[in-house]
Amino acid sequence: MFGHFSYIVTVFLMVAGLYIVIARGNLIKKLIGLSVFQTSVYMLYIAPGKLVGGTAPILAPNFSIYSNPLPHVLILTAIVVGVATLALGLALAVRIQEAYGSIEEDKILARDNSVELAEDSRL
Amino acid sequence: MSLLAHLPALQVVLPLISAPLAVLLRHGGFAFVIVTAAAWAAFAAAIGLWLQVGEVGVISYSIGNWPPPWGIEYRVDRLTSFMLILVAGMASIVLPYARASIEREIPRDVHYLFYAMFGLCLTGLLGIIITGDAFNIFVFLEISSLSTYVMIALGRDRRALTAAYQYLIMGSIGATFIVIGIGFLYLMTGTLNLADMALRIREVESSRPVLAALAFLTVGLSLKLALFPLHQWLPNAYTYAPSAVTAFLAATATKVSVYVLIRFYFSVFGESLVFEKLPLPEIMLWLSLFAMFWASFVAIFQTNLKRLFAYSSIGQIGYITLGLSFDSVNGLTASIVHLFNHGISKGATFLLIGGIVAALVGKHGVPPAPTLDRMAGLARHMPLTCFGIVIGGLSLIGVPGTAGFISKWYLLLAAMEKAQWWLVAAILLSSLLAVAYVWRFVEVAYFRQPATEPEPRLKEPLGLLIPAWLLIGATIWFGLDTSLTAGSAFEAAQQLLGRSK
Amino acid sequence: MKNDLVLRVVGKLLIPFILLFALYVQFHGDFGPGGGFQAGVMLAAAIVFYALIFGVPATQRAVPEWLVETMLASGVLIYAGVGLAGLLLGGNFLDYFVLDKDPVHGQHRGIFWVEAGVATTVAGVMLKIFYMFAMRGRLED
Repeated sequence: MFGHFSYIVTVFLMVAGLYIVIARGNLIKKLIGLSVFQTSVYMLYIAPGKLVGGTAPILAPNFSIYSNPLPHVLILTAIVVGVATLALGLALAVRIQEAYGSIEEDKILARDNSVELAEDSRL
Repeated sequence: MSLLAHLPALQVVLPLISAPLAVLLRHGGFAFVIVTAAAWAAFAAAIGLWLQVGEVGVISYSIGNWPPPWGIEYRVDRLTSFMLILVAGMASIVLPYARASIEREIPRDVHYLFYAMFGLCLTGLLGIIITGDAFNIFVFLEISSLSTYVMIALGRDRRALTAAYQYLIMGSIGATFIVIGIGFLYLMTGTLNLADMALRIREVESSRPVLAALAFLTVGLSLKLALFPLHQWLPNAYTYAPSAVTAFLAATATKVSVYVLIRFYFSVFGESLVFEKLPLPEIMLWLSLFAMFWASFVAIFQTNLKRLFAYSSIGQIGYITLGLSFDSVNGLTASIVHLFNHGISKGATFLLIGGIVAALVGKHGVPPAPTLDRMAGLARHMPLTCFGIVIGGLSLIGVPGTAGFISKWYLLLAAMEKAQWWLVAAILLSSLLAVAYVWRFVEVAYFRQPATEPEPRLKEPLGLLIPAWLLIGATIWFGLDTSLTAGSAFEAAQQLLGRSK
Repeated sequence: MKNDLVLRVVGKLLIPFILLFALYVQFHGDFGPGGGFQAGVMLAAAIVFYALIFGVPATQRAVPEWLVETMLASGVLIYAGVGLAGLLLGGNFLDYFVLDKDPVHGQHRGIFWVEAGVATTVAGVMLKIFYMFAMRGRLED
């Protein structure tokens, strides 16, 4: 079991993150769930990058096995993408709060439906 | 000229530098000039690449002069150049339109940011198409998606914010699924270069991680291309975004995701794994049929014209994936050519609807929602716009003489080849549903009397009409002369199917 | 918070070291963990720290909005500029080999400028996000 520990953690975070996105109606909580989900992906890439007996990927005379530096670079990029997504989502949440007065999904939908009903009844 | 050898890089770099330049020059007018110039240059580069591919076959460009598979490679074949022309062409036509259209729809002090985001979106879409590196696809996909979320949120209706938020959540989940799929492929093959991956995947083809990668990539890309039942973000996003943004997105965003799907299925996993050993053709067939029928059916009952055509888009994407599920040259040709044909006809339709929105100036100068009841008798005051929408609708139905007919023709050919006569009937039946929702607009615009005489301001803005009619003209042209579109699609399909055998 | 003595003194002591460490991380990116993104975030964090203690208006006198927007855009342009320099000097896009007579030194140069561009943009973006969120409440007063 311990051989696959990193994968178990990955799957747990993945499913937990997806559950939060789907099951919670608060806009900020959804974004947190999305972040947890994206974090699990970082784990998926980086953990297999460390080779058994591998040293840091800097060429040195008496070492022959080096850990793979490529996953780290890929995940740096993915982290930046995640940060940008989170920032954008939070900015949208702030604007939605100002426009609707609430960041709970069901209240926002109720407000939209009541506006649409008012529009339809006026026509 | 030595510049011609670097066209693949310039294709992406020119729109990329236009975006920060637009941010530096805070003025909306200068930003417009720079981003439009970059879009037109990108279109010229796409045409140049098309011609080069015609001579050479496949162009391979190594970024940083690191040879693949160590470095990132930009790889241009017939399908790539086809998609590049679609995306760059749409951007070149939508940007001059956007200049006039966003005057009414977006506050003036953020115009330069709109153009910067448009430039970034164009960069992302062009980058996805041209790159030959799997992780690079993800990076450009997120560049285009994030700028898309921003552009949608710039719409005037406050529901644009919730639409953008919903698209952000669903799109990010889709992109993360794609990254998981790419991660599994990297773990099993040890490379990120698509061509190298195709070679190395042979030995590990039936292992579970590769199958899991295929599943994650399919679901992630289906979220991005709005395949039923993962289409929930599309109606709201198209309805509440500014008109120029809706037109550009409808023509490019989902199509590029279909391109990535085709690229992964045929050039990486290989036709034999995806279509013969797995039940993917059946799954895709049934999902496509659901999309075609259900979405067209729902479209008939919509009151908002933009929402109607958004559901129509979901149905038309069903046609594209139906062509994919056939796994034959004719089927794949139908998919690829419908990417182009639907792109230009739906783009033209949304541009014309934007013209209607601009003309229907409501109280306080805020454009009201384009609901059908506001369009009674519109054909008398805006004849060219309504006629254009009719032609766009005819292309969606698949009437001979319009581009949509060509795609339906190849779909029917592919179905008849497999002797699936019930499928032929299904395709024709769903086209009848398209007649129903196009007729809703025709009936209201042409055959109803307006409730009150509209103010004399109801005239057709020329700056909005000309780009839209350019696309309508293209719809008719490519319905009659198919050598460029269907010819290249056929060539691309042959290249894709031949390579994996 | 600017009336709290401990915060003021510790802040003024630490912020220069944070900035210095950010520069250290920036330049040691090709020999160890580090690089443009991390350095940019640390630069922004130092300035955000200052803003938390002394208030946003004081920070905006030190790092004005126009500077932040310029940093944002010019970082991307530096990155693209390095790529185009490789193009103009005869190589491919983002080719570092041709940036110097000695290809290995060319790699050093290319990486240096590219990371500088990345750090500038990332610091600019983080600061801009902070300013936008922090000024939001103020606008409604």
